[in-house]
Amino acid sequence: MNMQKISTRNLNLHYGDVHALKNVNIDVAENQVTALIGPSGCGKSTFLKTLDRMNDLVSGVSITGDVFLDGLNIYGQYDIVELRKRVGMVFQKPNPFPMSIYDNIAYGPRIHGLKNRSQLDEIIEKSLRDAALWEEVKDRLKKSALGLSGGQQQRLCIARVLAVNPEVVLMDEPTSALDPISTMKIEDLIDELKEKYTIIIVTHNMQQAGRISDKTAFFLHGEIVESGETEAIFSTPRDKRTEDYITGRFG
Amino acid sequence: MISNKGRKLMERIIETIFLVCAALSILSVIVITIYVFAKGSPAIFKVGAANFLFGTVWQPEANQYGILPMIISSVLGTIGAVIIGVFIGLFTAIFLAELAPKKLAGIIRPAVELLAGIPSVVFGFFGLMVLVPIISEYFGGAGNSLLAVIIILSVMILPTVISMSETSIRAVPSTIKEGSLALGASHIQTIFKVILPAAKSGIMASIVLGTGRAIGETMAVILVSGNTALIPHAITDKVRTMTANIALEMGYANGLHQETLFATGVILFIFIMLLNITLNILLRRRDGEAA
Amino acid sequence: MTDPSARRRISDRILTGLAWFCAFITVAVLAWILIYMIIKGAGHINWAFLTNVYKPVRDLYGIYPMIISTLMIIAVTVVIATPIGICSAIYLVEYSKPGRLVNTIRFATETLAGIPSIIYGLFGLVFFVIALHLKYSILSGSLTLSIMVLPTVIRSTEEALKSVPASYREGSLALGATKLKTVSRVVLPSAIPGILTAVILSIGRIVGETAAVYLTAGYVPNVPSSIMRSGRTLSVHLYTLAKEGISFDQAYATATILVVIVAIINFIATRLARRLSRATTGG
Repeated sequence: MNMQKISTRNLNLHYGDVHALKNVNIDVAENQVTALIGPSGCGKSTFLKTLDRMNDLVSGVSITGDVFLDGLNIYGQYDIVELRKRVGMVFQKPNPFPMSIYDNIAYGPRIHGLKNRSQLDEIIEKSLRDAALWEEVKDRLKKSALGLSGGQQQRLCIARVLAVNPEVVLMDEPTSALDPISTMKIEDLIDELKEKYTIIIVTHNMQQAGRISDKTAFFLHGEIVESGETEAIFSTPRDKRTEDYITGRFG
Repeated sequence: MISNKGRKLMERIIETIFLVCAALSILSVIVITIYVFAKGSPAIFKVGAANFLFGTVWQPEANQYGILPMIISSVLGTIGAVIIGVFIGLFTAIFLAELAPKKLAGIIRPAVELLAGIPSVVFGFFGLMVLVPIISEYFGGAGNSLLAVIIILSVMILPTVISMSETSIRAVPSTIKEGSLALGASHIQTIFKVILPAAKSGIMASIVLGTGRAIGETMAVILVSGNTALIPHAITDKVRTMTANIALEMGYANGLHQETLFATGVILFIFIMLLNITLNILLRRRDGEAA
Repeated sequence: MTDPSARRRISDRILTGLAWFCAFITVAVLAWILIYMIIKGAGHINWAFLTNVYKPVRDLYGIYPMIISTLMIIAVTVVIATPIGICSAIYLVEYSKPGRLVNTIRFATETLAGIPSIIYGLFGLVFFVIALHLKYSILSGSLTLSIMVLPTVIRSTEEALKSVPASYREGSLALGATKLKTVSRVVLPSAIPGILTAVILSIGRIVGETAAVYLTAGYVPNVPSSIMRSGRTLSVHLYTLAKEGISFDQAYATATILVVIVAIINFIATRLARRLSRATTGG
């Protein structure tokens, strides 16, 4: 029913000699929140970065297998700039540019050729509203983004991604550096965003995964041990390793 | 007990010695400033500040002490050098920090350091033997010129601009770079629209530092500038900078003549002080941003 | 959407090309200067050139006196500036508390670093040569150069001291050693490579310095019988040869020697710096 937005087939990744991702096969449905859980260092973030080809920046990385976005292989003849417009990323630590709030959000559209001032203004307001930040910053758009609190900065980064009108939003532990209240605000935000976007979120916080995601995949040592409906994974895991992780026996 | 007190006393004495040594820097600056101003200021009043600073004729034999031609030559030479030096230097810094393959960067960086260490007389001599004849051939005239000064000075400030700019560019957190790339910007777009603006303070500091070096350079300039104390009207005209003025005539000047050379030093000193203060403000801002 | 994208690709390529080009120019200029000097000068360097005295009347054009003067001025400057610089750095790193005094010292050090050599020359002339009656001499030159290289020594020593891990200091103090003993027995020895780098960098600056030396040590082309006598360093000699147009052959040879000295100094300093960073990062 839901078309598969992103699919991977036999995805393998090596950092030099280290086999970091082993035969990862997963289908991510549109307009849903998919959570990737697992202990640290098991490949979740690495996997996430293959989806917008941010691993291309790391030297010594070799990738085999396929990643499909709406059926097209992104490692084939796919324009990277186009890819990163369609697949946006929010990082673990908020990384606003040392510019004004306005310029931060306008950066994406400007890079892709938009110069018209009034169009930019519209996009900026819409993105900030979608990121639940508009009311807090609408009177100080020209002030430096670095003056915002951690939680606000992260919502700014989300707005920045939304401004380029992506279809998929990747989030790499977006709330792990934030306080509980900011975390809650962002979790509410994610819940709203899934109506328009496909969201894949890496989190080491299982309760968070349980709260906000529709589907969950459990990563261990570079492979997906189990994936499926979040409820099912958390209440009736099929694999013993999944159960051990969820009940806190390791990780 | 006694040896304990003795030890404590020793410690205090030695700590004081350390303090005194550190304070010698302050003392030196104060003494240098006082002496230069003390020796140079009287001349400015004897000749008359307006006559000195805006007089266009420098002929000590005829009691004429106008240093405007020297000021203009110094300023023009410095501005020219900074424009060329910063352009080439900044792009080289970008190359080293972001674009160069590691091995190539490993060759170029030591080359830049070596360039920094070459004595100014060697630059001047090279300018005299190679640059001046080339200018003479393509532009006419003797070759000794403002143009030669500009070119030599730009080469001399390259290492300063390159090192400091490269350091500032590297200091920009990689998360900023990743954020830009993740939004679909190309590497070059990321460099020019995000990284360089973020490294702004450090880059500007390198420019100010380079400016200071250019305006203070003496020996290299003397050998290629032609040393004519007239306001230049063309880039191929012979010029004399403030620094050259001092060095050339100090050997045989006395009385008021010598005092006016010190006065030239005072003016130069003031220029440098202003640049230094600007530099300090910029550096403080850069360190503040990195925090 | 392909139009801005195509435009972007073109400007990307232009800017990248520009960066490569500028880097190329930088290296090319260096290579040009070095190769030119060495080609023109190496042929005129021979044993006679290096060991003869400089007496044109007797047809002797050796640079031996200049070499001696240069070595003397280096030695005296290093002897003066190094202890003062090290002590200053120790104060700044180990003893001082953040405050106005430290800020003033730092500001002063940075100011000293920015003063052009001609001003140092003027100062040296008025203060050391005339006021202190030291006359044109190696000593006047060295005292002046000491102030010039002080910022370099302080800065490099500071970095060396700062890179000594805090754990060393804590370990020593915890064993009951006094601060002074900690600094002298534990911190300082670890900082020696950095201090050596500072000294070597200073030597590089001293060798290359002309204007300040010219006005304080003079330019008598004889072997100075003591540090109270005037002498002519290699760089001043090159300046004189070039300015008076006496002999370009000798000038090229002198320039080559200067360049080789500087290259060696640079090489040693870089090696030391690398060893220093490897030592403290536990390589």
